[in-house]
Amino acid sequence: MANFIERMCLYLVLVLSVFLSIIQAVDRSNFKTCDQSAFCSRQRAMKPGQSSYRALLETLELSDSHLTVQLLNNNNKVLLLLELYRLQGNMTRVKINELKPVKPRYEVPDVLITDPPTELMSVVAQDEHRVVLSLGGEDWRLILSAQPFRLDIMEGPQVLLSLNSRGLLAFEQLRIRKDTKSQTDTKEAGEKEDTEKHDKEKVSEGEEAEEEVDQPGMWEETFKTHADTKPNGPSSISLDFSLPGVEHVYGIPEHADGLRLKNTDGGDPYRLYNLDVFQYELFNPMALYGAVPVLLSHNTHRTMGLFWLNAAETWVDVSSGQGSSEVPQTDVRWISESGIIDVFIMLGPRPNDVFTQYASLTGTQAFPPLSSLAYHQCRWNYNDQEDVSAVDQGFDEHDIPYDFIWLDIEHTDGKRYFTWDNNKFPQPKDMLQGLLDKRRKMVTIVDPHIKVDSSYKIHTEIRSRGYYIKNKDGGDYEGWCWPGNAGYPDFTNPEMRKWWASMFAYGQYEGSMENLYTWNDMNEPSVFNGPEVTMHKDALHGPWEHRDVHNLYGFYVQMATAEGQIQRSGGLERPFVLTRAFFAGSQRYGAVWTGDNAAEWGHLKMSIPMCLSLGLVGISFCGADVGGFFKTPSAELLVRWYQAGAYQPFFRAHAHLDTPRREPWLFGPDNTALIREAVRQRYTLLPYWYLQFYHAQRTGQPVMRPLWVEYPEDIATFSIDDEFLIGRDLLVHPVTDERSSGVTAYLPGNGEVWYDVHTFQRHDGAQNLSIPVTMSSIPVFQRGGSIICRKNRVRRSSSCMENDPYTLYVALDSQGNAEGELYIDDGHTFKHETDKQFIHRRLSFTANSLSSSDLSPDSQFPSASWVEQVNILGAQKPDAVTLTTTDGGESSVEFAFDPDTAVLTLRKPGMNAGVNWTLHLR
Amino acid sequence: MSCALLLLLMSWALAMRTGAAVEIQRPRGVPLSKRQFYEENKPFTCLDGFSTISFDRVNDDYCDCRDGSDEPGTAACPNGSFHCTNAGFRPAFIPSSRINDGICDCCDTTDEYNSGATCQNTCREMGRKERESLQIMAEITKEGFMLKQQLIHEAKRGQEDKQGKLTELQGSKKDLEEKVEALRTVKETAEDPEKEAKERHLKAWGEQKELIRMEKDKTRMAEAFLELDDDADGYVSVAELQSHLELDPDSDGSLTETETQGLLGGADKVDTSTFETVWSGIKDKYLSEGQSDPPAPVETPQEEETRDFVSDHYPEDYAGEEEDVEEDEEDDDHEEEEEEEKVPPTVQTPEKRADDEVSMPPYDTETQSLIDAAQKARDDFDEVERALREVDDQMKNLEKEIGFDFGPSAEFAYLYSQCYELSTSEYIYRLCPFNRVSQKPKFGGSETNLGLWGQWAGPEDSLYSVMKYDHGQGCWQGPNRSTTVKLTCGKETVVTSTSEPSRCEYLMEFTTPAVCQEPASLDEVLQGHTEL
Repeated sequence: MANFIERMCLYLVLVLSVFLSIIQAVDRSNFKTCDQSAFCSRQRAMKPGQSSYRALLETLELSDSHLTVQLLNNNNKVLLLLELYRLQGNMTRVKINELKPVKPRYEVPDVLITDPPTELMSVVAQDEHRVVLSLGGEDWRLILSAQPFRLDIMEGPQVLLSLNSRGLLAFEQLRIRKDTKSQTDTKEAGEKEDTEKHDKEKVSEGEEAEEEVDQPGMWEETFKTHADTKPNGPSSISLDFSLPGVEHVYGIPEHADGLRLKNTDGGDPYRLYNLDVFQYELFNPMALYGAVPVLLSHNTHRTMGLFWLNAAETWVDVSSGQGSSEVPQTDVRWISESGIIDVFIMLGPRPNDVFTQYASLTGTQAFPPLSSLAYHQCRWNYNDQEDVSAVDQGFDEHDIPYDFIWLDIEHTDGKRYFTWDNNKFPQPKDMLQGLLDKRRKMVTIVDPHIKVDSSYKIHTEIRSRGYYIKNKDGGDYEGWCWPGNAGYPDFTNPEMRKWWASMFAYGQYEGSMENLYTWNDMNEPSVFNGPEVTMHKDALHGPWEHRDVHNLYGFYVQMATAEGQIQRSGGLERPFVLTRAFFAGSQRYGAVWTGDNAAEWGHLKMSIPMCLSLGLVGISFCGADVGGFFKTPSAELLVRWYQAGAYQPFFRAHAHLDTPRREPWLFGPDNTALIREAVRQRYTLLPYWYLQFYHAQRTGQPVMRPLWVEYPEDIATFSIDDEFLIGRDLLVHPVTDERSSGVTAYLPGNGEVWYDVHTFQRHDGAQNLSIPVTMSSIPVFQRGGSIICRKNRVRRSSSCMENDPYTLYVALDSQGNAEGELYIDDGHTFKHETDKQFIHRRLSFTANSLSSSDLSPDSQFPSASWVEQVNILGAQKPDAVTLTTTDGGESSVEFAFDPDTAVLTLRKPGMNAGVNWTLHLR
Repeated sequence: MSCALLLLLMSWALAMRTGAAVEIQRPRGVPLSKRQFYEENKPFTCLDGFSTISFDRVNDDYCDCRDGSDEPGTAACPNGSFHCTNAGFRPAFIPSSRINDGICDCCDTTDEYNSGATCQNTCREMGRKERESLQIMAEITKEGFMLKQQLIHEAKRGQEDKQGKLTELQGSKKDLEEKVEALRTVKETAEDPEKEAKERHLKAWGEQKELIRMEKDKTRMAEAFLELDDDADGYVSVAELQSHLELDPDSDGSLTETETQGLLGGADKVDTSTFETVWSGIKDKYLSEGQSDPPAPVETPQEEETRDFVSDHYPEDYAGEEEDVEEDEEDDDHEEEEEEEKVPPTVQTPEKRADDEVSMPPYDTETQSLIDAAQKARDDFDEVERALREVDDQMKNLEKEIGFDFGPSAEFAYLYSQCYELSTSEYIYRLCPFNRVSQKPKFGGSETNLGLWGQWAGPEDSLYSVMKYDHGQGCWQGPNRSTTVKLTCGKETVVTSTSEPSRCEYLMEFTTPAVCQEPASLDEVLQGHTEL
C-alpha cells in the first residue's frame, strides 16, 4: 500500500524535476517575480508622469446608455476606444479597447450575471479641455480631461477617485509579427485593407508615428525550461487609479497576507494568477490558487471598490503616501497580460453599499445546504470502506457530531475520477447508505485532469467530442498530474460544461447517491510539468489562448460541477461543491478553501485574514484546513484550530497522506473533550450561520466580516485581522498563540455593549479587553442589541436536529432593546426559492416585550420547531411574564433570574417557531 | 480478553433478568437501578442534589437539572443519558441526544418513540447472535487456554532443555579451548622445521636457476656473435653491427659509426672473448635477426596466470557469500582456497610453464615430510578452532533465546523462529515473531521490511497483548515503517488481518492461544444463563 504510493511518488519525482524541487517548502524559483514576467517588467519600467494619451473630444458620442470617445497615443498614434457607463446602483464602468485591433481581444464572459443596467448620463459642461458629466444627484460628477487623458470622479469639490492621473495607462496594441508580416499582407487581403485603413487614420492625424522597437519577451519568453511562443506578441494593458484620502485598501485575494494590503513599492506587486503553490509562504504577495480582481478602499467617510474584469495574469501595485496638500493617498496600478481594460468603479459610499454593488455585477454567495455549514471530516485518505465506517463509528463513540466525511484521490481507480477503487471501495452505495442511515453525507474528489487512458470512458468521450484543451500545435494538450499523463477538458466551452454536468447523473457516476457531493481540486489548473506548475499560456481554448482565460478555469470547473449536482436531482436539490481555484463570481457555485496550508501557528493565524479578504469580494463560504494540511500539529495547535475553525464559515479538518492520523479522539480524553466542545458550539449556532448565509445570498454581505465593515468610522478597527465578526452580532477572537494565557480583543462601538457568550458577562464597547484564557476558552461575544437563535440540543448530525426547539439569546443594548431574525426552511432544496417555502421572522425586544413577527408573509413552511427557552442578557427581574399568541390566548411563563449575571431565563414558553407571539415582562 | 468477555456475559445475563422484570413502572429512559429516585407524584431531586422540581417536570422535554437527570427520556438535556432495556439483549445507555433523532439506536426501538422513524425490534435476534458468538468465544477461550497450558509446559521444558544444552556447551567449550591451545603448540612446533626446510629448498633452487640463466645467456651470445659475424671472420665489425638500429643509444633512428664504435668499446671489431663485454651492454636491446619482437619478460605470464586462477574461482564464492551472509558465517570453501594458494604453483600446473623457464624441483622427501607434518598440525588446529567457534555461536543463540521476554510463563516462546503469512489482493505479509514483519508484492517486486522486533507494547494491564516492530524501511518523505501487532485469543496461531491506518504505520491482527486467559467461572456463567 504505502509501497505502491511511494513507488508512484518516486516515479513522479524522477520524471518531473519540478516536483522534485518543491519537496520541502515553497520553492520561490518555480514561480515568476514581476522581473521574470516580461509584460510585468515592461509595464513596471514605465514610471508615473505625463500620459501619452489624449482624448479626442471631437469623437465624443453620448447615447442614453453610455459615452464613447477615442483616445490617441501620441507616441505610436494607435487609437483606443473609451466607453463610459453609468450603472444603476452608483457604479461607473470604464472600458478601453483598441479602436481597430488586428484581431479581437478577449472580453471575459459568464462572470457578470447580467449586462449591468445603465442609467442616463448627461453632459453638464464641456469645453475643448474637458467634459463634465453628471452621475446623478446634485454634486456627483465625472470629469473627462482631454490632454493628458484622465478621469476624475467627484463628489462636490472632493475627488473620490482619479483614473490615469499618474499617466500609467498603457495598451500594447496587437500587431502582426514582423517575420510573417509580408506574407500575411499578400495572403490576406481583408486584413491588409484593415491595416491600410488603420494607417490612414494615423496619417490623418498629420503626425508621424514613432517606430516601435521590439523589446525582449514580446514575441517569446522562456521561464526555466518552458517556452511561451506568444504567437500574438505583446498584448498587455495597464491603468492607474488614485484614491485621495485613502490609507486602507483591501481585497484582491488570494494571498497569504494580512487583511490590509501593503505598500508594494520596492517589492513585487500582488500577483493574481491561479497557481498550485506547494507549501506556500506567509506574508507574501505571491499568487495562490484563486484570483478575485476586486480591491476595496476605505476611510471614515467612504468605502469604494474597483473591479478589474480581466482573467489573464494580473499584477497589482499598491502605493500609499501623501498626495497633494498632505492628504494621504493610495495609488493602485493594475497590469494584465492580455484582454481589455474593463473596470467597474463601485462608489459605495457605505461598506454594505459596495457589497450590494458588487453582488449586482457577479451575484451572491450560493445558499448552501444547511448540513454543509456543519462539521466536515476529511483526510488524504480514508483508506477503504472499513476505514470510513470505523471513523464514522468513532464520532458516535466519542459523541462528536459531524455531517460530511470526505474521500480524497486514493478512492478512485488509479486517479480516474468518477470511478472507485474496486478493492478498497467495492460497494460505494452500501457505504453511502450506511452514512445516509445516520443522516450523514460524503464528498468525493473530482479533479479536472483526466487520465489519458483509452479504456477510461471519461477520457475517450472527451477526446472523441474534441472537448480537450489543445496545445499550440492543435493536438490535445497533455500534462502530468496525479494520474500521470492527463488531458484537461476545456471548461470554457459551454458544450463541454453541459456534458461534464451530465456525468454527475446517478446513472452516469456509478456508485453515487443523493448524499454524495463533490470537491474540485487542482483546478488552477495544476500541471506538474508545466510552467509554474500550471498550463502553457499558448495552449488553446477554441480561438482563445490559455493566457486569456487562465484565471477563469477553476471558476468554470466548479460552475459545471455544481450544475451537474443540480441536474441530477431534477433541479430540486441545492449543490455543494468545494473548489480550490476561483475567480470573481465563484461565490455562485459553492465553497472555497485556502488550499494546502501547514500545521503551524502562523497558518492558523493567517486563516483569518485570508477568509476575511475572500468575504470582502463576495466569497463568504471560506475555510482553512483545520489542523493544517502539511506537517503534524501538536495537540494544542489542533485544539486551537478546531476552536477557531468552529467559528469560520467552512469548517473542515484535513490532513496530508504522510501525516499520522488525527481524528479528534486520538489525543487523549482531555483534548477529545475540548474538540467535542468546539464542534458542539458550532452545531448550537447553526441556525445563526444559516441565517447569515441566507442574508449573504440575498444581499451579498459577507458572513465573516472585518470589524471595519460594521464600524466604518472607527479607525481602530481598520487593520484588525486577528478577530472578526460573524454577521453583525458575534465577535470572535480565536486563540492563535501557543501556550497563550490571554488575548486582547478589541470590542468596537462607542456606547455599545458586548456579552461573553459563555459567561454572559457584559463589557462596554470601544475598549481593548484583556481576556485570560485556558485551553477551553474560545473568546466570543454577542453584541448588545441582538437576538440570536440557537439549537442547544446537539445531535450527531445537523439533519438530526431539524425539528429541535430553539433557545433565544436576547442581548439587550444600553437602551434595553434588541432585535434579530430567524430563518427556517427544509435545509436542502430550492423550494424556498421556487415555492416560497420558508419562515423568516423578525424578533424584537423593546419596551419589555419580546415579539416575533413575520418578515415574509407570503411564504410559508411547516416547522415542528418551537421555542424552549429565552435568555435575556442584561435584564432586570420582572414580576411576571406572560405569553400572548395570535389566537388571543394568554398564559403565564415561568422564569428565573440570576442577579449575578443579570440573565433572565424564561422557562419553556413553548410557542412554535413559525407563528406570531409576544412575551411581556412586567 | 476473557475479563471483558466475562463482563459482557454477566451484563447480558443481567439483561435477561431485567427483561423479565420490564413490567415495573418507571419514567422513560430510567434504568431499574435508579427507579427509586423517580417516585411518582413526589418532588424530584436532581441526582446531583442541586435542585428539586415537581414530578411533572420529569421528562417534560425541558432541562431543569444541571446533570440532566430530570430528562432521562427526552433529548432536552445536553448531558443526559437514556436507558434502553433491550429485553432479549443487553441493556444500554445512549446519549439522550439520540432520542428521536430518526436513527434506531436501541434494539428495542424505545429511543425512537416520536420521530417517525420505523425501527424493528431486533433484540431477540441480536441476543441470539451474541449468545452464539459468546458461546463460540467461550469455547475458543477454553480450548485456547488449554493449548496455552501446553505451550507453557512446552516452553518450560524447552527452557530447561536449552539451559541444559547451554551447560553442556559450556563444558565442551572448555574442552575445546584446551584442545585449541594444545594443537596450537603442536602446530607451531611443526611449522618451524618446515619453514627452515622450505627456505633451504628455495635457496638451492634459486642458485640453480641462476646457473641455468647464465648458461642460456652464453648460448645466446654465441648465437648472436655468429649471426653478426656476417663475413665469418671471427670478428664482429662496426659495419656488421651497424645494421642493428635497435641498438642506437640516442634513439635518433640512425646508428652512426662512432656510436657503433662506442658499443664495441672503442674498437673497430671484436673477437668472441671481447664480445662478451660488448654483449652485456647490448643484450637487452638486441634483436635477433630471426625475430622481430624482444622476448617478453619472463615473469609476466606467470603473474597473469595466477590472477586468472584467482578470478576464475572467486566470483561464485563471493556471490554465494553475499546472499546469505548472516547464516553462513564460517566459510569452509574459503579456507580451502587459502590452503590451495599456499602450494607452489609449479606442482599444480607444470605443463603450463614456458619452455625457457625451469620449474622448481619437487621437495626432497625430508622436506616434504616436514611439510606434511606441519600441514596436518595446521588442519588439526583449524578443525578444533572451527568447532570452538561453532560452540560459541550456538551458545550465543541460546543465550539470546533464553534472554527473550516470552511472556510471564514463556507462553510465547513457541513463536520464536517461526513465521506466519497472510496473503491479500496485492501483498503477502509475513510476521516472524520476535524477529521482523515484512511485505512482499504478490506480482513481483522486492520485499519491504515493515519493522524489526521492538518490544511488548500493550497497555499496563495487558502488556503482552500488543507487539511493536519498528525501524523498518524508511518511507519516502515519511517515517521508518513500523508495525503494531494486536494479539487476540484463538485456537490457531494465525495472522488474521493487516492494514495501514496511517501511512507506513501498519496494524496486524494475530490470534494465538498464548493470550487466552483463564476462563475462570465462565462455564458457570454460561451454564446459569442457559438455564434462564
